[in-house]
Amino acid sequence: MRKVFASGNIAVAEAAMTAGLKFYAGYPITPSSDLMEYLAEELPRRGGVVIQMEDEIASINAIIGASNAGVKSMTATSGPGLSLMAEGIGLAVITETPIVIAHVMRAGPSTGVPTKTTQSDIFMVRWLTHGDYIIPSFAPWSVQEAFDLTIKAFNTSEKLRTPVFILSDAILAHVWEPLVVKEPGEVEIIERKTPRSKEGYMPYLPDEDLVPPMAPFGKGYKVLVESLVHDEKGYYAPNNEKYKQLVTRLNAKITRNIDWLFEYEGFFLDDADIVLVAYGSVARTVFALAKQLRSSGLRTGLFRPKTLWPLHEKVIRDRIKGRKIIVVENNIGKLALDVERILCDREVYKAPVLNLESPTLKEVKEAVTQWL
Amino acid sequence: MALTIKTHPLDRHLRTDRIPTLYCPGCGLGIGLGAMLRGLQKRIDEGSISPDSVVWVGGIGCSARLSFYVNYDSAHVLHGRAIPFAVGVKLANPELTVIVVGGDGDIAGIGGNHLLHAARRNIDIITVMFTNFVYAMTGGQVAPTTPLGVRTTTTPHGNPEPPLDVVKVVSSLNANYVARASITTPHYIEQYFYKALGMRGFRFIEVVSTCPEVYGRHIGLRDPVEMYNELKKRVIYKPRPTLEEAAINWEKGIVIGEYIVRDNPGFIDFLRGGNK
Repeated sequence: MRKVFASGNIAVAEAAMTAGLKFYAGYPITPSSDLMEYLAEELPRRGGVVIQMEDEIASINAIIGASNAGVKSMTATSGPGLSLMAEGIGLAVITETPIVIAHVMRAGPSTGVPTKTTQSDIFMVRWLTHGDYIIPSFAPWSVQEAFDLTIKAFNTSEKLRTPVFILSDAILAHVWEPLVVKEPGEVEIIERKTPRSKEGYMPYLPDEDLVPPMAPFGKGYKVLVESLVHDEKGYYAPNNEKYKQLVTRLNAKITRNIDWLFEYEGFFLDDADIVLVAYGSVARTVFALAKQLRSSGLRTGLFRPKTLWPLHEKVIRDRIKGRKIIVVENNIGKLALDVERILCDREVYKAPVLNLESPTLKEVKEAVTQWL
Repeated sequence: MALTIKTHPLDRHLRTDRIPTLYCPGCGLGIGLGAMLRGLQKRIDEGSISPDSVVWVGGIGCSARLSFYVNYDSAHVLHGRAIPFAVGVKLANPELTVIVVGGDGDIAGIGGNHLLHAARRNIDIITVMFTNFVYAMTGGQVAPTTPLGVRTTTTPHGNPEPPLDVVKVVSSLNANYVARASITTPHYIEQYFYKALGMRGFRFIEVVSTCPEVYGRHIGLRDPVEMYNELKKRVIYKPRPTLEEAAINWEKGIVIGEYIVRDNPGFIDFLRGGNK
């Protein structure tokens, strides 16, 4: 355990190395670049490789290749970079390749404002690419949580053989805070399952937990990594039965673990009359507002999901009580759509703030008080 | 006397339960793969390569699908992205022998940027590009190598684009090996592939192939034997051709041979040095 002073990007990089990162491929893009720069300095000292590829498309495909060769791998990007990675992330889904992508949100659409923040991409990490899938996404609100949730992201990717997002933003990427860096041994690190035997090994034959053991290249398993819809052997299977079976399993292996995947933090929820819902860096300001409103006599609570996708609908229904629900986010109101759907019997209001900086308390207060 | 079915000597290299392949009658890919596997077999026999260390990577297209017929660790990935996937594999485990296989659309069209940078980096992988002058799997659309004027399904008025000379492009970078063979000269495919397997850095082999079913139809050579014979007539072997001779020219002939043979340190060599 080391106490350091670090930014959100450094926290993600440190956590990745604690989790056992051995390969990073990326392409510079603000505000994610210094995460790669930090790893370029540190990872080779710890036996890993960092390469700046020719673009984001190459980066995502390179980390998928590396993961199939048996090492933990990740990339980081922002806005347009993630747009370019979309197809590759779909490849990781269907080939059940564990990878971690740190997506540091900036303003968009298109090139947007590279150096400024928003929370606009929460649906992008949810519905990024074509097909039916669920990609787990974690949204930290502090430097320490960026570290802790990155460990969780790697553990999730290894346990479930899936791509996983760390969803950070320009504010969190570059805010500096005290950080406790945990070393391997001080924190649980999950490794992917490997097959028990070469005999009859099939790369996509799942165990009871719906996750197939994963053999690395180079060990004589004759692995077949297949991007087409495939059967358990990895053979192209363009028929309804196999398609349905595969897609159902790819989704079920995620949803079945929702109790383990879903994390949240609640403040003053037990007697709350009004519940504010917020995530990521913006939740810090919303937390201050919740306290202020409470001290002025309004029974206000805060529900802060740390796992954005998949949402635990039962937990949300059980924990968010109260007459009025107000969702505060730095976009046009996206998570609010799901909160509204899940809490359809209650009053749910959107309190969007659109600000390239971290929204001020005054600004958040204005957005919220219109519904009080 | 009962008919005795013997196994083919190359069966050990193939996922035989996937045969028959999806390739059309007259397709050059079987000849190409057979020659590559014979080259690989020699390396295995002499003990310089372990079969367990070989990884095949293909993108999308007829040629890329060779990657899923071989009985090795293999990956059939995205269109154009076989090279970056292979780069990741190689960097994660430099002990592996990583072979990329694909068509000219996959490798030089959509994947062209990755090809340039793999050659520039002299990254230690082998890329075998089958050139059949057309997008075959998707139904005969124009390819980066389609000759000027040829009618394809997306150039119904004739292809207005001069073709890309991929051998020349890759040679202009830092690749250690650039060779061209043809499916009419399988012994050269075998020889070049065998040689490439023993080298370091980026190794590129172009295999000029036949696609009677899709490309042949456009140029009036749909009969597989006729197309094969026409290609064979035009293939000219030169031991050390110059880059000026590299352009594929149906009228003047297609020059095959070893264009570049170098032994510069590969990317992995620099990486290892850099880590010291």
